[in-house]
Amino acid sequence: MTLTQRYRLIYKPLVFTACLLPVVWLACGAFGWFGLSLGADPVKELEHECGKTALNLLLLTLAVTPVRELTGQPQLLRLRRMLGLFAFSYVVLHFTIYLVLDLELNFTTLGADIAKRPYITIGFTALLLLIPLAVTSTNRMMRRLGRRWQSLHRLVYVIAILGVWHFYWQVKRDVREPLIYAGILAVLLGYRLVRARMRRQSKAASTGAAAV
Amino acid sequence: MKFRVPHIAPSEITPQAAYFSRRELLAGALAAGASALLPAAEPPPAQGAPLTYTANAQYSVKETPNKLEEIAGYNNFYEFGTDKDSPSRTANSLRTRPWSVSVYGESEVHGTFDLEDLLKGVALEERIYRFRCVEAWSLVVPWVGFPLSTLLTRFKPTSRAKYVEFTTLYDPRQMPGQRVPILTWPYVEGLRIDEAMHPLTLMVVGLYGRVLPNQDGAPLRLIVPWKYGFKGIKSIVKIGFTATQPRTAWNVATPNEYGFYANVNPQVDHPRWSQATERRIGAPFLAARRPTLPFNGYAEQVASLYQGMDLRRYF
Repeated sequence: MTLTQRYRLIYKPLVFTACLLPVVWLACGAFGWFGLSLGADPVKELEHECGKTALNLLLLTLAVTPVRELTGQPQLLRLRRMLGLFAFSYVVLHFTIYLVLDLELNFTTLGADIAKRPYITIGFTALLLLIPLAVTSTNRMMRRLGRRWQSLHRLVYVIAILGVWHFYWQVKRDVREPLIYAGILAVLLGYRLVRARMRRQSKAASTGAAAV
Repeated sequence: MKFRVPHIAPSEITPQAAYFSRRELLAGALAAGASALLPAAEPPPAQGAPLTYTANAQYSVKETPNKLEEIAGYNNFYEFGTDKDSPSRTANSLRTRPWSVSVYGESEVHGTFDLEDLLKGVALEERIYRFRCVEAWSLVVPWVGFPLSTLLTRFKPTSRAKYVEFTTLYDPRQMPGQRVPILTWPYVEGLRIDEAMHPLTLMVVGLYGRVLPNQDGAPLRLIVPWKYGFKGIKSIVKIGFTATQPRTAWNVATPNEYGFYANVNPQVDHPRWSQATERRIGAPFLAARRPTLPFNGYAEQVASLYQGMDLRRYF
């Protein structure tokens, strides 16, 4: 089996199934299947779990580059688009649950929340910023945008910061969990900063050597 | 996407009697052991044991109360963890008997009293109250208790007593959440003396006609139905009369978000979320959100307490 076949037939279906597990589990809880339940406030549970899954997937997407570089497995890149699109799907689901089940389609409250509640403002901003990334995730768009594609998709760094910030800000008092997310994000973004600096230095060193 | 309320067949629900029977067995075994040594005494009520009370219709709302598993399964009681379902899973570590309450400060009667003695001769009543959490969700709860004023008058507060201060038990072995410095432990709450003496202010010992489950604040908790739920301090071990405003737990933690008064007020938002509406726990999907009422619907009875006060400032 070639590498491409292995990804197409084994790894990608596995990751796809894994990404669906949270929503399947939540659906079981919501409908009471297999004796699962979402507790006394199922709406909050659905809302929070979808949001957290979106953040988990966003961080996983950001982990692809460091992991492939550090492990010498460049082909892992083939899984990144799927992870990113699932992250986007869970963000959309999170927002839909908030609008339909929590606010019960009260658009006046939605408008007021987005305008007046900073944690909702930044969460909503993150959702909007994800849309162009999802739209330009196809091979065709990658080819069409060329170098600009990568510049555009660097937006994901901003989106991840907004997402973790949104989580931190809505917690009442116990910020331990959002701080763990912030720590992981700091490592993932810090890796990129360090790597960029090292590249600049080695480039400067090589051009310096050439000048001599 | 359409969701239904998770359905639990009645047959799947552990009968309350069975749920508590292990506890009663243990309590029974202990009592049997003790009775062999001691003269017969009235056994202290176990968690979930039935109480004798009368229903007080005058002070009850006409709404349908939430189910017991909602009231006892969805709790903010950070002493037992910050997840809503954590107290119901872990509060069994709390020993509610023997239990004593210390009385101090600006009153003629001081000292430490056994809860059994404090409750002796107290007429219990059931009151169905609305319960509004500062997090914008709400319940309707059939509490069993007695007016706080009947207890406070027995301690004979002096004219210097302007406030009443309550303190929760501090014992990290029984309350593992206290090992984490999320709030300053022990939890402290307080009321102005006129709020404390108001007939709606309730000392609660039971729920649904039975001894209060630990996760709901056993063996003794406060309920002030026109205030946000965090004012209703749980598992009380100290009651003090003070001349100055008590330093209450949430107010100390985040003074710009949680005021001393904490009256339910749809006009004054929490800095991070709106208080204009609330979601009723257990209500059908898409029909749970409702407008929040001033003073949680008790304005007629309590608004006069705050006449002339700027409720935006004293939130």
